[in-house]
Amino acid sequence: MKILVVDDFSTMRRIVKNLLRDLGFTNTVEADDGKTALPILESGGIDFLVTDWNMPGMTGIDLLKAVRANPELASMPVLMVTAEAKREQIVMAAQAGVNGYIIKPFTAATLKEKIDKIFERIDA
Amino acid sequence: MTHELRMQLAKDLVTALENNNETKADSLLDEIASLRETQLFQEVGRLTRQLHDTMRSFTLDSKITQFTQNEIPDAKERLNYVITMTEDAANTTLTAVENLMPVSDQLNVQAIELDQKWNRFLDKEMPFNEFKEMSQEITLHFKESRTSLERVQSGLNEILMAQGFQDITGQVIRKVIDLVQNLENSMVEMIKLSGRAVDTEARPEKQDEIVSQESLAGPVVPGVDDKQGGVASSQDEVDDLLSSLGF
Repeated sequence: MKILVVDDFSTMRRIVKNLLRDLGFTNTVEADDGKTALPILESGGIDFLVTDWNMPGMTGIDLLKAVRANPELASMPVLMVTAEAKREQIVMAAQAGVNGYIIKPFTAATLKEKIDKIFERIDA
Repeated sequence: MTHELRMQLAKDLVTALENNNETKADSLLDEIASLRETQLFQEVGRLTRQLHDTMRSFTLDSKITQFTQNEIPDAKERLNYVITMTEDAANTTLTAVENLMPVSDQLNVQAIELDQKWNRFLDKEMPFNEFKEMSQEITLHFKESRTSLERVQSGLNEILMAQGFQDITGQVIRKVIDLVQNLENSMVEMIKLSGRAVDTEARPEKQDEIVSQESLAGPVVPGVDDKQGGVASSQDEVDDLLSSLGF
């Protein structure tokens, strides 16, 4: 299981990476916005995408839309971890096809719960 | 139109009329009229420009008012939020460290004690009774190590999570920097206007649009962004909203 973590703040990428390692996911890659993330996704091998929303260059919501629009990537599970908490944004992400939505600041337990839920659904 | 010029034109007109020169008289009358019109248009033009400038300085005034009424207090709230978040993070980290220090100290002391005893045992200097005692101590040490290390693990996790403040405060501070930049631009425009050096192309109208488009983005700052509602204040609310959408 290879996971791509996208956030413009390196501290947050480190936090998410450490939490993922704690949950048993040791194979992670990083990108600092949608623009750098997309080529990594397109080159293949990524099984799961964790992304922030508000980033310079290309935002997480645009990245999500790009992933869903690409037949090769369309079925990839995407978890959004973001400080964006306005209702219309959450609805927008849901409509764009997000698989999970976590608002910052979050807890390790929340991350575990959402990831478990996403995999449960995929396995079902 | 100078006095002399008008006088001259009038004299010429009288002469033309006296000489019954109709064509000359008509053209002189046209000249006088057109001189008047030009002057009138110039005056109207000047007044229009003045009005235009005044109107513009009014809109700038209202922009500055908006800054002082809404955005500066908002920025203060945002920066206060940054202080609260960094303080919370520092306290969480310090508390975790303070709680963990004695735990690791105790483990360390136990390990040193057992190490000494173990060496005595290896050197065959330990009576059997003492050995039995040591075995019990070792059993206890293993048990305690496990619970202690679990505590250390969860404390380290707490410290890790507390670092999330950097991302959020970073985003909030960026927003305040944008605000200060906008304020600066408005001030510069004001100064330009009052200095009468008006550059009609330089007004950053486009920038306002960009700011309002982006005003949706960024972390929700309590007391600033949640005033109008429509904001999920907890993960539970996000989950509720998503499940209401069929998630």
